[in-house]
Amino acid sequence: MDKAIEIRNLNYSYPDGTAALCDINLDVFAGECVGLIGPNGAGKSTLLLHLNGILRGDSQVKVLDLAIKDKNLPVIRSKVGLVFQDPDNQLFMPTVYDDVAFGPINMRLSKDEVDLSVKRALVEVDMSSAIKRSPQHLSFGEKKRISLATVLSMKPEILALDEPSSNLDPKHRRELISLLQTLKQTKIIATHDLQLVLEICSRVVLLDKGSIICDGKTRDVLSNKKLLDDHSL
Amino acid sequence: MRHSFIDAHSNIESILRYIDPRIKIITFILFILFIILTPANSLGAFGLYLVIILALALLSKIPFYFILKKSLTVIPFVLMIALFAIVSKDTDKFLNIFIKAYLAVLCMILLVSSTPFAVLLKALERLRFPKLMVMIISFMYRYIFVIEDELDKMKMAKESRSCARSKWLENKALANILGVLFIRSYERAEAVYLAMCSRGFDGEIRTLDDFKIELKDLAFIVCVLVSLALIRFVFI
Repeated sequence: MDKAIEIRNLNYSYPDGTAALCDINLDVFAGECVGLIGPNGAGKSTLLLHLNGILRGDSQVKVLDLAIKDKNLPVIRSKVGLVFQDPDNQLFMPTVYDDVAFGPINMRLSKDEVDLSVKRALVEVDMSSAIKRSPQHLSFGEKKRISLATVLSMKPEILALDEPSSNLDPKHRRELISLLQTLKQTKIIATHDLQLVLEICSRVVLLDKGSIICDGKTRDVLSNKKLLDDHSL
Repeated sequence: MRHSFIDAHSNIESILRYIDPRIKIITFILFILFIILTPANSLGAFGLYLVIILALALLSKIPFYFILKKSLTVIPFVLMIALFAIVSKDTDKFLNIFIKAYLAVLCMILLVSSTPFAVLLKALERLRFPKLMVMIISFMYRYIFVIEDELDKMKMAKESRSCARSKWLENKALANILGVLFIRSYERAEAVYLAMCSRGFDGEIRTLDDFKIELKDLAFIVCVLVSLALIRFVFI
């Protein structure tokens, strides 16, 4: 199988010196859905930020066989769709349309292609009716869905999602899970929602204090009660 | 939705709403120029200008009381400037400033409230208004409600825990809240910037151009300008 993500010896400390990630080695294969779990402050979000070169630790990170270098960044950022936890950070344009179009326009697609990909992405998340609205007039669940559309419109090969189900009510959460199940991309999902992991991830990586504690099949990891207890899950 | 005061009436289906926003901006700016460049003593002209504004307001289907209410908020500022004229005992000048400013404000209110804010921003961008300014206004429009929400939440959290009943302590707490609000906004700005970078931001925001100037837009600007010119140069 092709490796979608290859991380070797990744170390990262915050500017103030606190170590955030130490010696991470991780391979994610094309088409896999990996759940990234761990207690608060384990480094899940920080790890995601390395996947498209927003943060660059001292390491080798390869995405779809492209090393993370300035030269490759535009391509990598169109291949890796990173969705942040807070939809108010993800959606920054005055209308939904402009927001979903932001990525495709930066990819220098033609006007018709941009228009088509925006509409297609909104259909995928079932939010076509919101196309002309402003993000501040949307409910939280709608904002989460559209956050996903803002990267789907770039046709990424990898989706890196930070807490996709947080703060959603049960109904919207279920809808989101079935939506994620329909997406064929390679997925890496940082979350506390173990039920979600169980339903859509084939593999789980457990992160604590910046290190990978355990990497294995979802059922095996999630059925190990002691392991989960030890790491506040 | 309590976050709708900016766009309260901008989605009313009306003729004015669907005039190309670039044409609309140009028309209203020229309108204001006409108002400013009309001699102070031609009260008749100002009356006729007001008639045109009222006609446009009718076309926009925006309730009159809304326009009136909005215009009231500007009056104190206009009065303050006009006061200088009173101090110099020049009542003509006072009337001049007051009438011109009020008419100009009515024009602007009509323009802004008959156009969705996002469309207005896009039109400014297409009219080569400095990109940085458009970007700043656009972020302000997007985040002012988010920040307001954060402030409300913090205030509520403060209320729930304050039992001091001392005005001084209250004020102190409020000052702290403002400080925290500033830091949070700063942090949010960083997070938003990262989200922008993740989607290929390279220093310039681009949007799609979907404006089209049609016959009705040209007819609109010609009609308004011709009537203004008639008032200005023929009747008066």
